[in-house]
Amino acid sequence: MARYIMQRIFYLLITLFLIATISFFLMKLLPGTPLTAEDKLSEEQREIILEKYGLNDPEPIQYVNYLGRLVQGDLGISFQFDNRGVTQILMNRIGPSAQLGVQALVIGTILGILLGLLAAINHTGFLDYGSTFVAVMGKSIPSFVFAGLLQYFVGVKLGWLPVALWDGFEYSILPSIALMIFPLATAARFTRTEMLEVLGSDYITTARAKGVNELGVVFKHGLRNALIPLVTIIGPLAVSLMTGTLVIEQIFAVPGLGEQFVSSVMTNDFPVIMGTTLLFAFLFVVIILIIDLLYGVIDPRIRLAGGDK
Amino acid sequence: MENMLEVKNLKVSFDTHNGEVQAVRGVNFNLKKGETLAIVGESGSGKSVTTKALMRLLPKPHGYIKEGEILFEGMDLVKQSNKQMQKLRGKDISMIFQDPMTSLNPTMKVGNQIMESLIKHQKMSRGQAKKRAIELLHLVQIPNPELRVNQFPHQFSGGMRQRVVIAIALACNPKVLIADEPTTALDVTIQAEILDLMKDIQKEMDTSIIFITHDLGVVANVADRVAVMYAGKIVEIGSVDDVFYNPKHPYTWGLLGSMPTLDSEEAELFAIPGTPPDLLNPPEGDAFSSRNQFALEIDFKEEPPMFQVSETHFAATWLLHEYAPNIEPPASVKKRMRGIASTASGPKGDEQ
Repeated sequence: MARYIMQRIFYLLITLFLIATISFFLMKLLPGTPLTAEDKLSEEQREIILEKYGLNDPEPIQYVNYLGRLVQGDLGISFQFDNRGVTQILMNRIGPSAQLGVQALVIGTILGILLGLLAAINHTGFLDYGSTFVAVMGKSIPSFVFAGLLQYFVGVKLGWLPVALWDGFEYSILPSIALMIFPLATAARFTRTEMLEVLGSDYITTARAKGVNELGVVFKHGLRNALIPLVTIIGPLAVSLMTGTLVIEQIFAVPGLGEQFVSSVMTNDFPVIMGTTLLFAFLFVVIILIIDLLYGVIDPRIRLAGGDK
Repeated sequence: MENMLEVKNLKVSFDTHNGEVQAVRGVNFNLKKGETLAIVGESGSGKSVTTKALMRLLPKPHGYIKEGEILFEGMDLVKQSNKQMQKLRGKDISMIFQDPMTSLNPTMKVGNQIMESLIKHQKMSRGQAKKRAIELLHLVQIPNPELRVNQFPHQFSGGMRQRVVIAIALACNPKVLIADEPTTALDVTIQAEILDLMKDIQKEMDTSIIFITHDLGVVANVADRVAVMYAGKIVEIGSVDDVFYNPKHPYTWGLLGSMPTLDSEEAELFAIPGTPPDLLNPPEGDAFSSRNQFALEIDFKEEPPMFQVSETHFAATWLLHEYAPNIEPPASVKKRMRGIASTASGPKGDEQ
């Protein structure tokens, strides 16, 4: 097990290295420099700044320097904010994003599983069609539409919750809801399909033949088996949430990573863009790793297959 | 001997998009204490559906009991509430399923799966139930039960899993055990072991067994009585000797005739011509008439009643009517019947 985790961490580092490399060269392909928007600077001033940040060096040298700093844990200094380290900027920004992401993923997935369960138990009944309707809406309508609707109705018309900004828990509710619609819908559809299949399997009949009641059949025998495939999609869901935050944070003016990322792209702030990309990539590979380990917890067949070696 | 189970005019239907499929069309039989009744018949004859109906485990919402009574110790199971049935299932009537590879929950320890009904029906504590589970694993001859009880199904072979399924079914000393093709998915040597095990356990516990199979060799080995099902009806029922040595229904002749024997010399296997009737629109008269080379005119018009052959032996064929011509089973079938008799008596003889 320990060996497996070490191996996975090694692969994780390789992945991050590749992503760092690709994002570095993609940055270089972008038109313009961080100073493009600064039209008040004279030609000389530009030269001084470019020289200072090493942007006049040939690209391979820039790349080697970048990697060298990266290995030491230094993500560079932002162009946009004077003399502020990228690490520091990201640290300030990660809190709101993490809170939104976790709230949306956890609550969305749990609600989705419950909705899917209800649909499966009530197969071809009212609840089934109801949850299918919710799921199709959730999957096909983009989150920014929901965001706008929530802001208008809940925030403005009803005035129950703040429309935007970030100043305490109640500010996180609307963006979390807008974000969680997609994972909720996906989890609901998935759980329904899996649960229907599991409920039709032989061991469920065995359980019924033992005299287990419906509740026991669904939760004790059904749910765990239906959850195994569901774990697989939590990774991609987490990723879709990360990309979702780019838009949602912008709409709700949440000072998170996503909003930072968007404004950095607008200003060609290379170090921040690359730092954010790396952070997203890092979070993604870590989530995948956790999910792979989670498989073993839920499914004894996978756990023991690894343990035997 | 007292009747454990009495099934009277049981009819089971399935609602499909095309209409009502009459899977079981009026089945009557009884099961005595401690006896083994085998139900044989080809796929789709309604054997499994009949037993699922006994447990009230028909696939919902399409399958339902249309008519009839299932008397278990005098109580009509058709009229019991779901709650009542949950109390009965696993305690008084249990079931062994066909495929041991899929009938155990893959994410639950084997011990927990056995303990479940003990805790539910016999109100045992987890500790007691675990002790009993180990005893049961020992009873079904699984080596190292103390270790095995904590393992998952994937750590067991097919034959071992079927032993676990049997242990689950036996956990609460059921009065009736329904075995739905329990050996079909196993290879032949394991089949023999499982059959021996079931016979031993029956002797020990005096359980009544309904044994569904399409393997006539297995029937000869385990059963006291045989019911032959065709198109949702029992066409012949009697003791093993009645049905094997003195079969009366042409369908039973066909079944016996299509069974290969060890000493048969023909290169080709005999098969009953034609296909079973469509139970969406059951044919008029005897359902077997169109495949029956001995069919009489009346077979196409009117359904034959059950004729009594002997005290224990009944068959539903017009050939038994007093006006019917005297027809003997074909010679090839007779020859095979002798062959089956010799194969079948082998294991039985060993036993005594």
